[in-house]
Amino acid sequence: MGRITLEGVRKSFASHLIIQGADLDIEDGSFVVFVGPSGCGKTTLLRLIAGLEDVSDGRILIDGANVVGVPPSKRGLSMVFQSYALYPHMSVRGNIAFGLKMAGLPKSEIDRKVEAAAATLNLTPYLDRKPRELSGGQRQRVAIGRAIVREPKAFLFDEPLSNLDAALRVQMRLEVTRLQRQLATTAVYVTHDQVEAMTMADRIVVLNAGRIEQYGSPLELYERPANVFVAGFIGSPRMNFIGNESAKRYGAATIGVRPEHIKASRDGEGWEGVVTDAEHLGSDTFLHVDIAGIGNLTARSIGEIGLSAGDRAHLLPDPAHIHRFDADGKALHA
Amino acid sequence: MARQPSPARVLTTTVAAWIVGFLIFFPILWMVLTSFKTELEAFSTPPSFLFFHWTTENYAAVQGRSDYVHHAINSIVIAGGSTLIAMLIAIPAAWSMAFAPSPRTRDILLWMLSTKMMPPVGVLVPIYLIYRNFGLLDSRVGLVAVLCLGNLPIVVWMLFTYFKEIPKDILEAARMDGATIGKELVYVLTPMAVPGIASTLLLNFILAWNEAFWTLNLSTSQAAPLTVFIASYSSPEGLFWAKLSAASTLAIAPILVLGWFSQRQLVRGLTFGAVK
Ligand SMILES: Nc1ncnc2c1ncn2[C@@H]1O[C@H](COP(=O)(O)OP(=O)(O)O)[C@@H](O)[C@H]1O
Ligand SMILES: [Mg+2]
Repeated sequence: MGRITLEGVRKSFASHLIIQGADLDIEDGSFVVFVGPSGCGKTTLLRLIAGLEDVSDGRILIDGANVVGVPPSKRGLSMVFQSYALYPHMSVRGNIAFGLKMAGLPKSEIDRKVEAAAATLNLTPYLDRKPRELSGGQRQRVAIGRAIVREPKAFLFDEPLSNLDAALRVQMRLEVTRLQRQLATTAVYVTHDQVEAMTMADRIVVLNAGRIEQYGSPLELYERPANVFVAGFIGSPRMNFIGNESAKRYGAATIGVRPEHIKASRDGEGWEGVVTDAEHLGSDTFLHVDIAGIGNLTARSIGEIGLSAGDRAHLLPDPAHIHRFDADGKALHA
Repeated sequence: MARQPSPARVLTTTVAAWIVGFLIFFPILWMVLTSFKTELEAFSTPPSFLFFHWTTENYAAVQGRSDYVHHAINSIVIAGGSTLIAMLIAIPAAWSMAFAPSPRTRDILLWMLSTKMMPPVGVLVPIYLIYRNFGLLDSRVGLVAVLCLGNLPIVVWMLFTYFKEIPKDILEAARMDGATIGKELVYVLTPMAVPGIASTLLLNFILAWNEAFWTLNLSTSQAAPLTVFIASYSSPEGLFWAKLSAASTLAIAPILVLGWFSQRQLVRGLTFGAVK
């Protein structure tokens, strides 16, 4: 079991309020990702759950029990650190076994569990090596092995893939989600990368300046962003925002359209402008088009549509996918 | 990549290093040589360097006049005891300062160091009186206590700088792995800090071994370590260069041997971990 509930959690460092009242319910077995720009408080929120920081106010419940004041060693959670934080003086075996040793398990059982975890993570040949004799990817696996072997109530991950190269990151992303599904253990995962968030999460928490902007499934966030911040943060390339007379026609202070919901053509309907940049990826084309009275908009088309910088183009937004926001940036729903 | 230095450069630096090393080592060499001379040859002019009548009579005389082994054991007990107790106090203290600092930690560290700036003679009288009233004069316990307290600031500082280099994440990982603070200290922090702890231990042992101010003032015979043993040879009875040299050679021999075998840790200790 591993249901984590946050009730009015606040955290200040000195006089700075870093987490401004977080309420959250993380269901048992779900994969929840905290995403947001750097410095928004993701790590702090994770460390509050871990018990590595004390809350300034509010309650944190694990399976219904308030854990405020309970030290991290007694919360039954395990954590994978951004820096891996392996014990440098212990072998891979020693690293993975440490938590079990602390729990006082008999040696035979420790050995059995360590070997099972090592097999799952393809670490068996490296069990007797020291962390410094491993590659970055292998160290990452040891850190994950150390987390899973204890069969915790929940895994806490703090940007665990950020030190890996791009290819390995994509592979580990899949492995981590597969492992989590297989173990059916609650996972709370911190990242600043919205692609990681979208691909891995059951539910995403979007954080901004210490506030939870929205909590929902990846598709909910994509289709029904609660405000301008979430709308701009989720999705790549970024949503286009238009905030003038054109928005007024839709009864909103600002409207937003994702690049993939704008149809670009050489001479069709819609706003007319000049292509300033064209990015040809083969599979897609990203056009940046300057439109008088509206600004620079990005449009994404499938395949190659034969427009390049300097050409005149027409952009037609899909009316079914226009997001409307009020003057405070809150989403307006019809 | 470091460029290979030219052979000529290697030669000059090597020669220069040997010259400097020899200059520093010369007084000790001279003392050892003098200890094998007769008293007469010891202050002959011009001094004879190697071609004199080698004799071990000074060593026999020194051992006959005072009990070297008794003083050596006192030195070991006092230096060893004060070092061990200082370490036991300093490891948790440095741990809390490095990993759970309070707003006052910096000030406390500076204050501790500032106590080392005070000349010990400034507190000699009060400490002497306290020791006299508690019957601690000329006792090993008394000397262990005063040397331990005297070196504690340096020990805490050294350990603090070593502990600071250990990533906080690793200790937090141990905490997440279910380790209590005690287990974290024993299984994670201490093994990772072994090189730093070893150099601190060695340096502190040597400082305590060589400490002369308190040992000379607070002990006479019963608890007197080797420093007192040497000092007894520069007495108003006259200067016996050869015997004084023999006594000094005997007194520094153990620490020289210890230093020789632990050069690497010592260098690390003296440079506060700057050399890896
Ligand atoms: N121990 C601390 N003391 C003071 N400020 C801190 C501390 N930890 C984090 N902060 C501040 O809290 C804010 C959020 O930090 P963090 O949670 O690490 O952000 P993120 O992980 O989202 O990048 C930052 O402005 C950071 O400077
Ligand atoms: Mg962070």
